[in-house]
Amino acid sequence: MTNSIKEIAGADFILAIGTNTTESHPIISLQVKKAKRNGATLVVADPRRTEIAELSDIHMQLKSGSDIALLNAMANVIIAEEIWNKEFVSTRTEDFEALKATVAKYTPEYAEGLTGIPADVIREVARGYAKANNATILYTMGITQHICGTHNVFAVANLAMLCGQIGKPSSGVNPLRGQNNVQGACDMGALPNVYTGYQAVTVEDNRGKFAKAWNVGELPAKPGLTVGEMMEAAAEGKVKGMYIMGENPVLSDPDAHHVVHSLEKLDFLVVQDIFLTETAALADVVLPAASFAEKDGTFSNTERRVQRVRKAIDPVGNARADWQIICDVATAMGYTMSYASASEIFDEIASLTPSYAGISYERLEQGGIQWPCPNSGHAGTMYLHKDKFVRGLGKFNPVEYIPPAEQPDNEFPFVLSTGRRHFHYHTGTMTQRTGTLEVHYGTEFLEINPADAAAINVTEGEMIKVKSRRGEVAVQARLTDIVPQGMVFTSFHFPEVAINKLTNSARDPVAKIPELKVCAVKIEKAS
Amino acid sequence: MAEVTLTIDGLQVTVAKGTTVLEAARQAGVFIPTFCHDPELTRFGACRMCIVEIPGMRNLPASCVTEAAEGMVVYTESEAVIEARKTILELMLANHPMDCLTCGKNGECSLQDYAYLYGVKTESFGGEKHAYPLENDNPFIVRDMNKCILCGKCVRACAEIQGKNIVDFAYRGFDAKITPAMDVPLSASECVFCGNCVAVCPVGALQEKGLRSAARTWEVKKVKTTCPYCGTGCSFELNVKDNKVVGVTSCDGDVNGRALCVKGRFGYGFIHHPDRLTNPLIKKNGKFVESSWEEAIGLVAAKLSAIKANYGPDSLAVLSSARCTNEENYLMQKFTRAVLGTNSIDHCARL
Ligand code: SF4
Ligand code: SF4
Ligand code: SF4
Ligand code: FES
Repeated sequence: MTNSIKEIAGADFILAIGTNTTESHPIISLQVKKAKRNGATLVVADPRRTEIAELSDIHMQLKSGSDIALLNAMANVIIAEEIWNKEFVSTRTEDFEALKATVAKYTPEYAEGLTGIPADVIREVARGYAKANNATILYTMGITQHICGTHNVFAVANLAMLCGQIGKPSSGVNPLRGQNNVQGACDMGALPNVYTGYQAVTVEDNRGKFAKAWNVGELPAKPGLTVGEMMEAAAEGKVKGMYIMGENPVLSDPDAHHVVHSLEKLDFLVVQDIFLTETAALADVVLPAASFAEKDGTFSNTERRVQRVRKAIDPVGNARADWQIICDVATAMGYTMSYASASEIFDEIASLTPSYAGISYERLEQGGIQWPCPNSGHAGTMYLHKDKFVRGLGKFNPVEYIPPAEQPDNEFPFVLSTGRRHFHYHTGTMTQRTGTLEVHYGTEFLEINPADAAAINVTEGEMIKVKSRRGEVAVQARLTDIVPQGMVFTSFHFPEVAINKLTNSARDPVAKIPELKVCAVKIEKAS
Repeated sequence: MAEVTLTIDGLQVTVAKGTTVLEAARQAGVFIPTFCHDPELTRFGACRMCIVEIPGMRNLPASCVTEAAEGMVVYTESEAVIEARKTILELMLANHPMDCLTCGKNGECSLQDYAYLYGVKTESFGGEKHAYPLENDNPFIVRDMNKCILCGKCVRACAEIQGKNIVDFAYRGFDAKITPAMDVPLSASECVFCGNCVAVCPVGALQEKGLRSAARTWEVKKVKTTCPYCGTGCSFELNVKDNKVVGVTSCDGDVNGRALCVKGRFGYGFIHHPDRLTNPLIKKNGKFVESSWEEAIGLVAAKLSAIKANYGPDSLAVLSSARCTNEENYLMQKFTRAVLGTNSIDHCARL
């Protein structure tokens, strides 16, 4: 996020795109509700009439995957009506002309055809956003181009820069991270192309710096494979060994059959986790890890706040903290890795990562710190891009709308979208085993519009089969007009409804993020 | 900012204009008991526990809703104040179930604390008692409206923190109670079981089901940590008894204050779930067999080394985790790059 969570309450215009904040980020939604109570306008863009859409002043029920058309059309209106922030654009940005050229064809009328949102509504929202004192954009998945960083969603950033709605309190571009430490995993360089703090592996100086710190002669210069490419390479026999820590790609990644096939082809798979997940079951060796309650460390939340995780109990059984296991494996491979504590590892991170340089466990005792925090006297950074962007001038990166790779057709007439439920989390590994959450919300449903259900003669609670070109699952139908006609929705939290058997692994060419939000399915009665 | 100076129990205190007498007293380190006041919620002024004596004012004003004024003189523990507080407590206790012996909030209850402080026993009023059934039909929260003192904090927490308006006052007089609309249980309402009402309840009327049946309040060690679920990063305290996590309670988080969602507050049961892996497993003839750490680590090291030697570093790949700590992600990429010699590290970021 460019801003802090608490700043959301200070916005007078909130555009929430594809985020059912009340369900997936309940505590962040409290700030949205606070802003609303203070009189803010809330606009929600989501194909489903979600809880937050119910709270909104304007709900733009756009077609799945048409977000860029909408955002470009807003930019089009703002430029056509001359309500863009000319001072901001001229002093803080470059390549405005490129944006102008690209969005020229995205008239509200043209976008209406792509998004299904009336042209006048697009105009109204565009004006509201441009004229607000403090407008903020919240979004989660769906329109992502890069996984990390702050310049990731170009269409969103273009709009924010065009209106100068960035670089000040309560105004910015705010991706809400789904998992507790996605931000941290990215910050720490758990990515194929960067070390910690987004220092590129292709830059020789960076390689030299890390090689020296890590006491090795040379580090690889070629960016590595992304998760999707790893699975491809494993299927082709090019990747022969994998080490998976705390992830469950068999359930979380698209096209589950393909993932299983890839992992089975490996010569050797080691999985480190707290449970025997669907992925761990395929491993040659499973290493039992400690849960968050059993170890020290830090997480970085979606607003870049580094906060402590504290050991409350000893690891259960013979489990060990992940960091200790990694040290053990490295040492057994002939590279001595040994730390007395998590704090010592953190100090090494701080010494190699400018944005974390001023943070230490000692300081974190007083509370979390938001990076960038360049030195120990620095209080941390509430919001980014105050007087300039990281690269100096903010660059407009115009983007074109591309329709989803798989469109509904006669054979597969419904669009399947997947997402999260309030009472569960990710692949359910944890939330299915709490003694509380799964008791309260124990069965998953497929949401289907009553009109669609009537047309294929499906009734509430009936078991149905959902099929895509890649697989099928059985699930109970829930008739609800939360979903528009032509769309069905479910979550990926329930192993028995392994919805990612159906989803499409077609990936965005830049970010390599799979198209989990849209795939074409058909629905059949189970019996 | 305009300031006012007042005298509280003989102490001169200067505070910003608009500060209540209660806040002024707290700033000066003077204790005033409260039930219905909460610094995060709107002022309510209903329980009257916080009354003080202010010469020149009629009756005994409630300090939580009285603004400090220039030259004001306040007595927080005068005889009249103490008498009035005792009466309030006696009335509350008169229709209280008095099952402190088995109450999960025993030791963390304002009613107990103040009854002790003012030496109020139960005999004084043998009033009529409520006989509401215990609401115990959801996995998260136990509601015992017999213990409710009608402070209204849960009503305001639900409305003002959670933005939900699930519970409210209903009925009048002796029958007054807190309930969801139509007097249904929480499970039949739109309640999302965030438990933010439970976190503010000063007595045992609202309790965390698991925590309060697993440990007495004084048995737990509290350890502040960060939620393992979504990317919001809420802080809370793990309640630990006998090396086991028995519950979660709110603390003052940088991001969330005392608010939590149902996953953070009630989703800790996985920690001690019997499915937890407790020993390394090695697959032998298609079946997992438990092994020692030495054997498992040795095997992993040997296999990865052999693949690297035979097919080169880029035949290896690593998935790190958005659920592990920064330190672990850092070490995993260090291991991948420095030990395996490849940049093929990623995690399943679905944002
Ligand atoms: S649990 Fe949350 S939603 Fe339910 S009544 Fe309490 S505060 Fe309201
Ligand atoms: S349930 Fe608790 S918080 Fe709510 S009114 Fe009763 S005593 Fe107060
Ligand atoms: S308590 Fe809920 S909102 Fe807060 S971090 Fe945990 S899962 Fe997210
Ligand atoms: S605390 Fe002041 S009236 Fe209740």
